[in-house]
Amino acid sequence: MRIFPLGDNAVTVEFGNEISLELNRKAIALSEHFESNPFPGFIESVPAYSSTTIFFEPVKVRDAHIGCRTACEAVSLIVETASAEIRDKVETDRATVEIPVIFNSAASLDLDEVCKFAGLDADAVVYTFLKRIYRVFMIGFLPGFAYMGEVDDRIAIARKQSPRLKVPAGSVGIAGKQTGIYPLESPGGWQILGRTELKMFDPNSDPSCPLRPGDRVKFVRA
Amino acid sequence: MSLIVRKPGILTTVQDLGRFGSRRFGINPNGTMDKAAVRAINVALGNDENAAVLEMHFPAPEIEFDLETAFGISGADFGAELDGGPIRNWSTAQAPKGTVLKFRKKALGSRAYLAVRNGLDIEPWLGSRSTNLLANAGGFGRQLAAGDVVQCRESRIDSPISIGPSFSAGYTAVPALRILPSGEYGLLTALSEQVFLSERFTLTNDSNRMGFRLKGPELHLVENKTLVSSAASFGTIQLLPDGQMIILMADHQTAGGYPRIGNIISADLPIAGQLGPGDRVTFKVVSVMEAENALAEFERELSFLKMGVRLKRDVHA
Repeated sequence: MRIFPLGDNAVTVEFGNEISLELNRKAIALSEHFESNPFPGFIESVPAYSSTTIFFEPVKVRDAHIGCRTACEAVSLIVETASAEIRDKVETDRATVEIPVIFNSAASLDLDEVCKFAGLDADAVVYTFLKRIYRVFMIGFLPGFAYMGEVDDRIAIARKQSPRLKVPAGSVGIAGKQTGIYPLESPGGWQILGRTELKMFDPNSDPSCPLRPGDRVKFVRA
Repeated sequence: MSLIVRKPGILTTVQDLGRFGSRRFGINPNGTMDKAAVRAINVALGNDENAAVLEMHFPAPEIEFDLETAFGISGADFGAELDGGPIRNWSTAQAPKGTVLKFRKKALGSRAYLAVRNGLDIEPWLGSRSTNLLANAGGFGRQLAAGDVVQCRESRIDSPISIGPSFSAGYTAVPALRILPSGEYGLLTALSEQVFLSERFTLTNDSNRMGFRLKGPELHLVENKTLVSSAASFGTIQLLPDGQMIILMADHQTAGGYPRIGNIISADLPIAGQLGPGDRVTFKVVSVMEAENALAEFERELSFLKMGVRLKRDVHA
């Protein structure tokens, strides 16, 4: 585990540098620990693939920990204690969120590419994609954009060489072993397999995004 | 009861100090680029520091006060005029109903703030009135357009307040920004580290609220490290594959996968927030202690300002 400052108001706790279930569980557990047990001066935490970043108000933290030279040092100590506490915690089971996906020529912008890459026909690619249950490793890039994995190696096609200027909202894509859904129309380089009509981000609903880090996702044919 | 946008300016948005608590859902804080300027002018107006303001770029908007309004301008100096009469920057002023605020020329800095007594009357989204241009939510959900009407309340301040020069003292087009080294700083080659600490880097035209693209000598890491995505922050300096850097600013993405060289310290972010294309920066590494002390020093100055404003108001009450 490595802890380093991400500026004077955040520290990143890095459990490793890979896409792995074990490291991601640690990252999410640490983040959830602080969301439910915030320390004075805590702002928020951001879990990622194999790290969690803790944001805080330096002046408040320093005032609350006069024994520490810096707020960064105080938060690092708090993180070390918390990491020991969560080590043996078992991740609570999450419900599996079902996401209906449309596969047709209008929605499946890169299905042909994936078929060529995999040496499979369209039905086989879609079948291979739908067979797995994916984990939401993290949310980032765009509001509500869930990075999920892991995609079957046979269809794990790399990002497009040059990104599309406009990927339609709801597009379901693959980038290597990752899969994700574009919540908004945006430029992007993921290979698009299909499209969902489910809103992955809606500022007017609460919560604004249906997925949370750690959730499981099952794609089904719409 | 409102402000009427007669001309929108190139990028005028409603902002406050930011939206916190939603980064783990990919919703970044947004907020003003220069928080020091906004906190100071809000304090001068007797507002909550987090009251919503307009962030303006140059060419700036033309705004009609549809009601008697106590307001203040801070941040960049765009040569504010009310019905043709000059308005002092970093000061509160009174706008009679029907007067028009214009900005004549860009003298210093890239972002000016218009604050009104009691703040702009905007419905918060996820606890903030800041505009998220990506999500089309918060504030107006977009940049302001001609004809927009921004709600605020009628207000009057009897004794105008001017903020001392300490809040804008750091403004320059060639700042030395203090940074804390981050995750991959130690992977810079010895030569690259020296270049990073001694050369000037120029903001390209591709520099905006999302981030500042820098142009300068290329930097290299000792090993080409591929990183899985992790959180990024306002002020994070990333090294791109072409050896150039980007400084992430207020509208940055919540996560990124580029090597993290360092982060601009909080006390210097307002200075960075005033930069624009063509400005040139140098970097200086400081200790966590120095970064935190600089921030504590700013907080002290702001509390002095707060005290001064309160005293002045009590004297006139």
